[in-house]
Amino acid sequence: MARSGRRRRDRMRWSNLYTFSCFRAQHGHAGDAGPSSDGAGAVGGPGFSRVVYCNNAALQKPLKYVTNYITTTKYNIITFFPKAIFEQFRRVANLYFLLTAILSLTPEGLEDWRRFIQDMKVNNRKVSVHKGDGEFDYRHWEDLCVGDVVRVEKDQFFPADLLLLSSSYEDGICYVETMNLDGETNLKVKRSLEATLPLEEDESFKDFQAVIRCEDPNPSLYTFTGNFEYERQVYALDPSQILLRDSKLRNTAFIYGVVIFTGHDSKVMQNSTESPSKRSRIEKKMDLIIYILFTVLVLISIISSVGFAVRIKFDLPNWWYLQPQKSNKLDDPSRPALSGIFHLITALILYGYLIPISLYVSIELVKVLQAHFINQDIHMFDEETGNTAQARTSNLNEELGQVHTILSDKTGTLTCNQMDFLKCSIAGVSYGVGSSEVELAAAKQMASGADDHDIPLQDIWEENNEDEIELVEGVTFSVGNNRKPSIKGFSFQDDRLMQGNWTKEPNSSTILLFFRILALCHTAIPEINEATGSIAYEAESPDEGAFLVAAKEFGFEFFKRTQSSVFVREKHTSSEGTIEREFKILNLLEFNSKRKRMTVILQDEDGQILLFCKGADSIIFDRLAKNGRMYEVDTTRHLNEYGEAGLRTLALSYRVLDESEYSSWNAEFLKAKISIGPDRELQLERVSELIERELILVGATAVEDKLQKGVPQCIDRLRKQALLSSLTTEQVAKESLLSQIANGSQMVKLEKDPDAAFALVIDGKALAFVLEDDMKHMFLNLAIECASVICCRVSPKQKALVTRLVKEGIGQTTLAVGDGANDVGMIQEADIGVGISGVEGMQAVMASDFSISQFRFLERLLVVHGHWCYKRIAQMICYFFYKNICFGLTIFYFEAFAGFSGQSVYDDWFMLLFNVVLTSLPVISLGVFEQDVSSEICLQFPALYQQGPKNLFFDWYRILGWMGNGLYSSLAIFFLNLCIFYDQAIRDGGQTADMAAVGTAMFTCIIWAVNMQIALTMSHFTWIQHLFVWGSITTWYLFILAYGMTLRSRDNYQILLEVLGPAPIYWAATLLVTAACNIPYLIHISYQRSCKPLDHHVIQEIKYLKKDVEDQTMWKRERSKARQKTKIGFTARVDAKIKQIKGKLHKKGPSLTIHTVS
Amino acid sequence: MDSHAAGSSSGGSGDGAAQPRRNSRKPKYSKFTQQELPACKPILTPKWVISVFVLVGVIFVPIGIVSLRASQQVVEIVDRYDDACVPAGVTDKLAYIRNDSIPKACTRNLTITKDMKQPIFVYYQLDNFYQNHRRYVKSRNDVQLRDKSKASETDNCDPEAKTVDGKPIVPCGLIAWSLFNDTYNLIRNNETLSVDKKDISWKSDRDHKFGSHVFPMNFQKGPLQGGKILDSKIPLSKQEDLIVWMRTAALPTFRKLYGRIYVDLKENDAITVQLENNYNTYSFSGKKKLVLSTATWIGGKNDFLGLAYLTVGGICFFLAFAFTLLYLIKPRKMGDNSYLSWNRATLGR
Repeated sequence: MARSGRRRRDRMRWSNLYTFSCFRAQHGHAGDAGPSSDGAGAVGGPGFSRVVYCNNAALQKPLKYVTNYITTTKYNIITFFPKAIFEQFRRVANLYFLLTAILSLTPEGLEDWRRFIQDMKVNNRKVSVHKGDGEFDYRHWEDLCVGDVVRVEKDQFFPADLLLLSSSYEDGICYVETMNLDGETNLKVKRSLEATLPLEEDESFKDFQAVIRCEDPNPSLYTFTGNFEYERQVYALDPSQILLRDSKLRNTAFIYGVVIFTGHDSKVMQNSTESPSKRSRIEKKMDLIIYILFTVLVLISIISSVGFAVRIKFDLPNWWYLQPQKSNKLDDPSRPALSGIFHLITALILYGYLIPISLYVSIELVKVLQAHFINQDIHMFDEETGNTAQARTSNLNEELGQVHTILSDKTGTLTCNQMDFLKCSIAGVSYGVGSSEVELAAAKQMASGADDHDIPLQDIWEENNEDEIELVEGVTFSVGNNRKPSIKGFSFQDDRLMQGNWTKEPNSSTILLFFRILALCHTAIPEINEATGSIAYEAESPDEGAFLVAAKEFGFEFFKRTQSSVFVREKHTSSEGTIEREFKILNLLEFNSKRKRMTVILQDEDGQILLFCKGADSIIFDRLAKNGRMYEVDTTRHLNEYGEAGLRTLALSYRVLDESEYSSWNAEFLKAKISIGPDRELQLERVSELIERELILVGATAVEDKLQKGVPQCIDRLRKQALLSSLTTEQVAKESLLSQIANGSQMVKLEKDPDAAFALVIDGKALAFVLEDDMKHMFLNLAIECASVICCRVSPKQKALVTRLVKEGIGQTTLAVGDGANDVGMIQEADIGVGISGVEGMQAVMASDFSISQFRFLERLLVVHGHWCYKRIAQMICYFFYKNICFGLTIFYFEAFAGFSGQSVYDDWFMLLFNVVLTSLPVISLGVFEQDVSSEICLQFPALYQQGPKNLFFDWYRILGWMGNGLYSSLAIFFLNLCIFYDQAIRDGGQTADMAAVGTAMFTCIIWAVNMQIALTMSHFTWIQHLFVWGSITTWYLFILAYGMTLRSRDNYQILLEVLGPAPIYWAATLLVTAACNIPYLIHISYQRSCKPLDHHVIQEIKYLKKDVEDQTMWKRERSKARQKTKIGFTARVDAKIKQIKGKLHKKGPSLTIHTVS
Repeated sequence: MDSHAAGSSSGGSGDGAAQPRRNSRKPKYSKFTQQELPACKPILTPKWVISVFVLVGVIFVPIGIVSLRASQQVVEIVDRYDDACVPAGVTDKLAYIRNDSIPKACTRNLTITKDMKQPIFVYYQLDNFYQNHRRYVKSRNDVQLRDKSKASETDNCDPEAKTVDGKPIVPCGLIAWSLFNDTYNLIRNNETLSVDKKDISWKSDRDHKFGSHVFPMNFQKGPLQGGKILDSKIPLSKQEDLIVWMRTAALPTFRKLYGRIYVDLKENDAITVQLENNYNTYSFSGKKKLVLSTATWIGGKNDFLGLAYLTVGGICFFLAFAFTLLYLIKPRKMGDNSYLSWNRATLGR
């Protein structure tokens, strides 16, 4: 301080020497120096507002003058990005790239936004949670914590994985629908621990304390181990007490549960897979090609740089007109290597046209438009739901054209999940004249095609609209309107049984029994609709629902169930009144997949004890009493017929028990029931066996698992089969499974008959083993050999794993279709995920790439849109490479003649506009509008679709061919022009061509050549294509005309009007070069069409010559041949049926017994 | 998810089929959105293939013949003089050409090989001269050339933008600086043939790109002497040699118009050319040629165009013939269904 003070004094003394510059104002005091101070008038006025409080930081600070910190940098940390980016976007080219990026990002963002909204909705759902002191209050799902006690009401989803404590039922059971987890629609029963049963109202949770110790979060839906410590007792927990998130409470008023796993720990979330970003095969290959082109680019850039460096070192010193002595570092003869390296960058930019950057923008645009066409397709609009098909991600359009394997969810996707009671066989007589879909199809086929076996099924479906088809005398199948079931689940038609007519049948007592079994042997619960008084049934399986509806229609209406009784309203004949009957349920032996049967033991009002049993025919037949086999032969025959007709069958039987037999058995049964330990199940099973024997066969039922509209035809045309059966292998040891697979493979290999078809059926438990690393390839090999593979009872994760196995194992494009939340994994894992938007919520659709509202639309999506998009994109990409190679290489060739200096022969504007304006629209129109054949033909000739999976239009042969064409064209364009415009005058006025003239002439040739090329490539010209192709050429001339008007064009000033236009040689050169460029391609396509025509060529010709109209039989025959013979599935069944009917017809005889419509 | 989604087959309640609803979402039918626009679908039938090739041949061969004939009507006399105009005994040609004190006059004798009808074009042709070099092409400023007031705009003109003392050069840049400066004086029978140097450049260049009020300034005043020195009293729009020169050539070998002679020359006429061999092409061993040529509608002598047309036309005729043979020998009926892949597969079996 002291020192600085002294220095100031020194300076003051020095200032005495100066008169003005250090003039010190004398007036005023430090105190009143302010804005209002008098003196020099301007001070304090506008522009003179600065005040400095000397040595008084406290007063000075509020004035907020800038600090003494200076900066000369253009940006600071905060402004760098915005400012620098702004600077970059002032260049048009960069803005263009930005638009590209935005265009690609937008759908992605939108999609995630929708997911976010969906998540928000779920997280904000409310659930009743115990707040303490026995009071429950509503809370958002997201606020739920582990250990909370929740109360879930009927038809609500469980908010987390819960432990069931108690339910509205006394015995603590509840019904759960797990559709979102495993796709199964039947209700599952969960049962709480006995110990927690008393906790049945809000109050009881006041002092509820317990500890659960259990497994860590894992994705396995069917296992759970843990202990429940409650009131100083430890209870073992098993999966039957666990309620999983995303499943739904059904048929139960409410339950109480404790939260075990929340959020991402819950089983369903553990099962979810990351939503992947998918790219199509073509795009991946395109990237590869871009790498190749990039390599070429780098290569020619290096050639250029080396050439440049050599020229600089050896020649530049001699080129006095370039003043080499004054050269800068970019072309310094003394440092050629450095100059060469700098030149590399110039060259990379200059030859950058080789890489079709605009390809990405164009493809993006084309795909958006293609997606728009998919969304707008009226043929994929579902009148019922009002939904159109939606391409949710547009970047997989072309992948739709390459699908090799389809993995489909069954319930809800293929089938309506609606069973229709269609036929039955009672006491050896078959009732029911309605025909199954298989029979209908066969009938139609027979009727329309007579002997022509080749008429495709689809024609029958589409061309025959008569309501009834008379096959032969007395054999009539009702078709069409008659068939429409008036009652959901009931399509049965036979007057012999309806309206009480059954009482007049000879075996009416058996029929009565049959109806009673239908009405009584089930686990369903009736739900009375308050408004209409009608009854709906909540059944464990849809089959049971169909039975109950059938029973009701026959006059046996099940309307009430109590803990111990079932009540049925019986109305035997139409004239009689209804009688309410009560049947006491004594025992109920449930259905499970191992037992394959279900039994009720009940006591009727007369005190008679009856046992009703329904189950798989083989199971029932094994357990028949000697005197119970009366109808076995006939029933078996009927069962076979039903099976052939594609119906699901069950055999029904009964047994009369006497009191003593029952009570002794019941004692044993109760003992088994209360036994605790692992063998309880086994015990129960053993005891059940004891009573389920000596049965008497009553008859059999046949229900149809209704397929969704159009599904069989769709599947046929997609040549993928689906069988609608499911089997289960029991908990098999891994080894035995291994040997089973080995046996299976052996069997398939040994099979000599080429038409033999195998179906592989595997269930979730077995799949768990099979999907392990060591076995999965064996499994896959077997699966590929089989005509169809059915996986049943599969968890979402397993679905995804199977999909991945197939995708990676076959290495072809896979498509997964599903409608429920349990299909999400599969949909995300497959190359293409298709969601059925309709009834089952939005999860599948949200995860999908495409959504359709009916399975049958899949056909049009693939065969029409997929096929078109694949060809369009493939051709478009090939053409793009051609065009850019053709253009880019001419720039390179010119370098060799310009000392590799980086000078381009074309005007900068030409180069800029080449990709953006002059050649972009035709190729976009190719990508959007090209059609090799019309949509009808696509549908009629599914074989055309095979061009996609075989990748005929984007194989290396074709890509390299196009690249070769580009190389040839570039050479032709460059060197022909060079020779024509070499050194001679181009006009009769003696003027020679300068660089601008040569460049413009050459560019004209390029524009003509590439646009003619695309005209040759296209096979479908609407006015749009005409406009774009010829418009592009016109645009070019208009452009140089307009550009030539401005002085910015430099040497291109007035080039068309004054220099090139009047020069015949310019027009002659254009014609010559255009022809020379396109003749090789013309030769190629002419030769290919005449000698190696592809399918679409031939079909185009047939259509062109109208041969399809002249020779309709040929046309029909080809259409049927275009599909592969199917070995199993719907068509195969139809074929079998036809064979069968024909066989019968051959025999002629009066023994012809096909049901007639009365 | 409503309860019906549950799928348990609740029967009989008779709630009926879902009414068609929200049909407003039904896409509107239009031929465009349904991709059913009327289209022409040309097919390369044999008839088309053959007619296209024949047509191309029919068009191309006559064009070829006509342009070949036109080219052959052109009479062209080319005389290379770069070596010949260096006096015998000079070993270092570069030093010779750079030495301004040595007079560079040179005489060449030409004989007219064929009658030449006027106008006869006089060209100079340089070889191995990279007028298309990036450094060279860029080195100019068009604004300065057309606008007197913009004389100081010498962007891009480096290294010939300003004089040593910072004055702008007009016309600036390497192109103008290296202007060709050989001169030709043609004499026939002791009578000078006047070479008309008017209108050798493009009219638009004279009218719009080179200003009539822009005069050369500080040109060729630097330590390095380039090519021709421009008369600073003549505006740039009248300096047609410069205008022609400023139109940079596309290739290292190029010809530029020097002037026109409006006199017919007879066969065996002897022409004496008195030329001043000033321009240095010796440092990069480029050739210099004097060219006298007539021109027709295709311009100068250009056999290539005609030959190329004839070749392409010939190939097309050959292709038409070849495809005719192909269709005769290996005919495939149009739309023959036996060529469909599924039919072929069964044939193969």
